[in-house]
Amino acid sequence: MATDIIIHDKKDNVGVVVIEKITPKQDCNCWIMEDDSSTNIQSMDEIPLGHKIAMIDLKEGDTILKYGHDIGKVVKSIKKGEHVHVHNVKTKKW
Amino acid sequence: MEIPKSFLGYKRENGRAGTRNHVIILPVDDISNACAEAVANNIKGTIALPHSYGRLQFGADLELHFRTMIGTGSNPNVAAVIVIGIEPKWTKRIVDGIAKTGKPVEGFHIERTGDIGTVMKASKKAQEFVMWASEKQREECPISDLWISVKCGESDTTSGLASNPTVGNLMDKLEPLGVHLCFGETSELTGAEKVCANRGATKEASDKFMKTWSDYNDFILKEATNDLSESQPTAGNIAGGLTTIEEKAFGNFQKIGNCKFIDVLEPAEEPKKGKGLYFMDTSSAAAECVTLQAAAGFNIHLFPTGQGNIVGNPIEPVLKLTANPLTVKSMGEHIDCDVSKILSREMNLSEAGDKLIETTLRVANGRLTCAEALGHKEFVMTKLYRSA
Repeated sequence: MATDIIIHDKKDNVGVVVIEKITPKQDCNCWIMEDDSSTNIQSMDEIPLGHKIAMIDLKEGDTILKYGHDIGKVVKSIKKGEHVHVHNVKTKKW
Repeated sequence: MEIPKSFLGYKRENGRAGTRNHVIILPVDDISNACAEAVANNIKGTIALPHSYGRLQFGADLELHFRTMIGTGSNPNVAAVIVIGIEPKWTKRIVDGIAKTGKPVEGFHIERTGDIGTVMKASKKAQEFVMWASEKQREECPISDLWISVKCGESDTTSGLASNPTVGNLMDKLEPLGVHLCFGETSELTGAEKVCANRGATKEASDKFMKTWSDYNDFILKEATNDLSESQPTAGNIAGGLTTIEEKAFGNFQKIGNCKFIDVLEPAEEPKKGKGLYFMDTSSAAAECVTLQAAAGFNIHLFPTGQGNIVGNPIEPVLKLTANPLTVKSMGEHIDCDVSKILSREMNLSEAGDKLIETTLRVANGRLTCAEALGHKEFVMTKLYRSA
């Protein structure tokens, strides 16, 4: 089965779209690289190649995990299946 | 795949080997660019390396200028060098530095002669050098003569997923064969700095890394007008799906595979601890970083890109790879190695690493990179602060 989304680490709460784009209500196949396992998710938004999708509901102040590591904080609540990017996540650094 | 044990390179007087055989015309300072370019225009097969600095610099900034100039001329990809400066003293200092390699080098200064007289004298010498260099033949060199630098650019999430780990896979396979390796981009490790520091082979290397990163980060925080989000990640990174500097950093860090770094280098500093992986304190701007790595003696560069950075270097071939299928489709003339099949899981990381090793050796043996064929010769000096 074709892979639509790749997740680096089991701990990650976001995945990366690896097809040209996914459309709202699309049932997507996800591959978790760390342990070579699979999971599924239904998307809520249109999300282009390389952009991230929320694997769980996230609220303001939550930490985004990718590569199993902290890559920033949620600044606007995100529902499972929604697009995760600069409109709802910010760096904790600068 | 069985990794070849050798490549065809140019053996140099100091025991190093080059993947290219350039004769360069090196201006000491900005106002000598015209003269250097005139010589390169007269004598076919030479290249001028114009740049913007070299006047009234002082302290650490001046030291870096000399280190970059001398290092560039000393790189084994360079067969012979003509140095042209306005004044005799700094010109001679660079000539003397390059001469330590044993390669042919001659300096000319413009004061009391003028451009036209200098162009004539320097052209005669450049002709002699380039005709001498043209008889050099490639010979079999051990793979350990490869000094490989890496830097990524116009990164997106496909860089962290696939093209950077492909470089990491190459490092894991080539490090045991005794090659020199170098990564840099101090600012782009922000967010992953502690994880990176843990990759120091010794406590000394780890501590040196943390100090280098902290100094750079303090400088950024002092100079930044707001939160740097306009620069890091770049607009290109954001278009490609990267959201924060931390995300970019963890992707960037995939380039070193499972290797540990044995030392931390100043910008353009030549590694002195033998084979293995080095971290160099560099800017994350592509041309600045590659120029510094070339000046430290690295003879082939691997450049993973996501959205499609197009950078090249005049003396160190810059080989590009990408895992982004849209980049392959829309700007394939810039991509030497396509690893986009990793995303569709038609290729695994080890196969991608093998493909990159194969491409690297072809380029080391003389195949032009896309950047070379397209004429990319970005030579950009790093300047630490304004001149006196």
